[in-house]
Amino acid sequence: MKAGTVFVGCGAGFSGDRLDAALPVVESLVRRGGPAAIMFETLGERTLALAQLARLSDPDRGYEPLLERLLAPVLKPCLQNRIAILGNFGAANPRAAARAIVALGRKLGCPSMRVAVITGDDLIEAGLTGDLQDEAGKPLSVAAPLSANAYLGAAPLAEAMAAGADVIVTGRVADPTLALAPFMHHHGWSPDDCNLMASGTLAGHLLECGAQVSGGYYADPGFKDVPDPHNIGFPIVAMQPDGSFTIGKADNTGGLVNRHTVTEQILYEIHDPARYLTPDVVLDVTGVSLAERAANEVEVSGATGAPRPERLKVTVGFDGGWLGEGEISYAGPNAVGRARLALDVVRKRLGPGLNVRGDIIGLGSVFNDDGGAWLERQSGLPGDVRVRIAVMSPDKAEADRAGEEILALYTCGPAGGGGVRSSTRRRIATTSAFIRREKVRTAVEMVS
Amino acid sequence: MNEYRPVPGTEVPLHRIAHGRTGDKGNRLNVSVIAYRPEYFPILCEQVTEERVRALFAHRRPTAVRRYVLPNLWALNFVIDDVLEGGVNDSLNLDGHGKTHSFLVLSLPVRVPEEFRTIKEEETAR
Repeated sequence: MKAGTVFVGCGAGFSGDRLDAALPVVESLVRRGGPAAIMFETLGERTLALAQLARLSDPDRGYEPLLERLLAPVLKPCLQNRIAILGNFGAANPRAAARAIVALGRKLGCPSMRVAVITGDDLIEAGLTGDLQDEAGKPLSVAAPLSANAYLGAAPLAEAMAAGADVIVTGRVADPTLALAPFMHHHGWSPDDCNLMASGTLAGHLLECGAQVSGGYYADPGFKDVPDPHNIGFPIVAMQPDGSFTIGKADNTGGLVNRHTVTEQILYEIHDPARYLTPDVVLDVTGVSLAERAANEVEVSGATGAPRPERLKVTVGFDGGWLGEGEISYAGPNAVGRARLALDVVRKRLGPGLNVRGDIIGLGSVFNDDGGAWLERQSGLPGDVRVRIAVMSPDKAEADRAGEEILALYTCGPAGGGGVRSSTRRRIATTSAFIRREKVRTAVEMVS
Repeated sequence: MNEYRPVPGTEVPLHRIAHGRTGDKGNRLNVSVIAYRPEYFPILCEQVTEERVRALFAHRRPTAVRRYVLPNLWALNFVIDDVLEGGVNDSLNLDGHGKTHSFLVLSLPVRVPEEFRTIKEEETAR
């Protein structure tokens, strides 16, 4: 055990998060003193396939598009205060991201820095797509994948920290590893200590979505009120050597951390709460207890773990064809009647061969189903609704027809339609696979 | 301000006594249901059942609904299979993640005992 309390904060919980969130976290980490790190989690399931496409068109792209804007406010104070930066913002091109960070440092007049790149997650580059398995362990053949990336564990990240990296750039890693690695490094935790891995993984799980544990994605006015939701402080974990920890948030910010915000995030994207599979441990949260220690400070204890799985999860991305959408509004007397007629008209025009969905926003949309059974049952009479048609097709021209047929309602459809918007977007499809962990060769490259 | 006062013997939406959050992985949805106070938790356990949640999602044809009980956290976790019509990457739904569906579960009517009849803002949100 080398350190007392180790602090890890979160600077981004997804690609597209608030760019001004990280600086108050870094300022708070400086105030706390002691070993500290800040993590950036910006890699969604589809992001990697899109990044792979970007890399194919330009070898200097394929990393998080907001990388420079995310790091510009914090790079210098982090380097000056020995706060490590860990991020999966490398996406499909971690080496190019590392080069961009070095260039940014020069531009900002930062002290020299050591940047580490973690490689091995890209199974296409490694020639390992023939080793993929399905859930049952049978060989899985994937035709024309755009991307295939294994979720790496924390070990190579901890190794990079031990080698003195100031910034660690990864592609696909399990999100909680971005916090677990600094805990392992500073506390000297063994990867074989399942309960410590569990505790560090749970802390990382709570941090990985940024504000989602500190009052973001939480407010329900009159029931769950959140102070200053326009300025929510991002979370910070204070981890003890024995794996007990508290979670709080950046100083002088809005938002809140209490047992309810923490409970929502503990169970976020968890299935069997006794068996949450990660590359580092099988996490069991059924014995977790929460105690509110102070304002915006919750102690989390009781996470336990079982030995890590033999296989790593892999996300494979494919071309998913095209999604075409069109919308038009109806309001005032008989708005719903005219909206239902508009849906009928467009469905008849598009014909039976296409995969078409119709919604009436304001009456039934997100709870609706592709067959429209939910919408059929809704009997309210809102006076301001929006018809939405969506079409999926491998052929862009077919997908475009959603917008075209909605547009034609201006002159051919029911009375009083307005506000047409339409778009057609490329889609990435994904599937989950597995690979035996000994097949995957990870490496730490110090690029500066 | 929330002026709602449940009348004893009548049903209230689950939303009055619990909150929750939805997560997705592929075509599988999970929805947590968390009691605002520990004394509400037995109501959740008794009335928010797999069968009732399955019925709420009937139009999406779930292939499996499982409920996990977490007494320390005053929480239930529902795992609902194959209701996202393909999931975020393959769905025609505006909300392909299914993120809005925690509030579908919170619309479920539950019966509360008389002593909880004055559930109001300061007792739920802190």
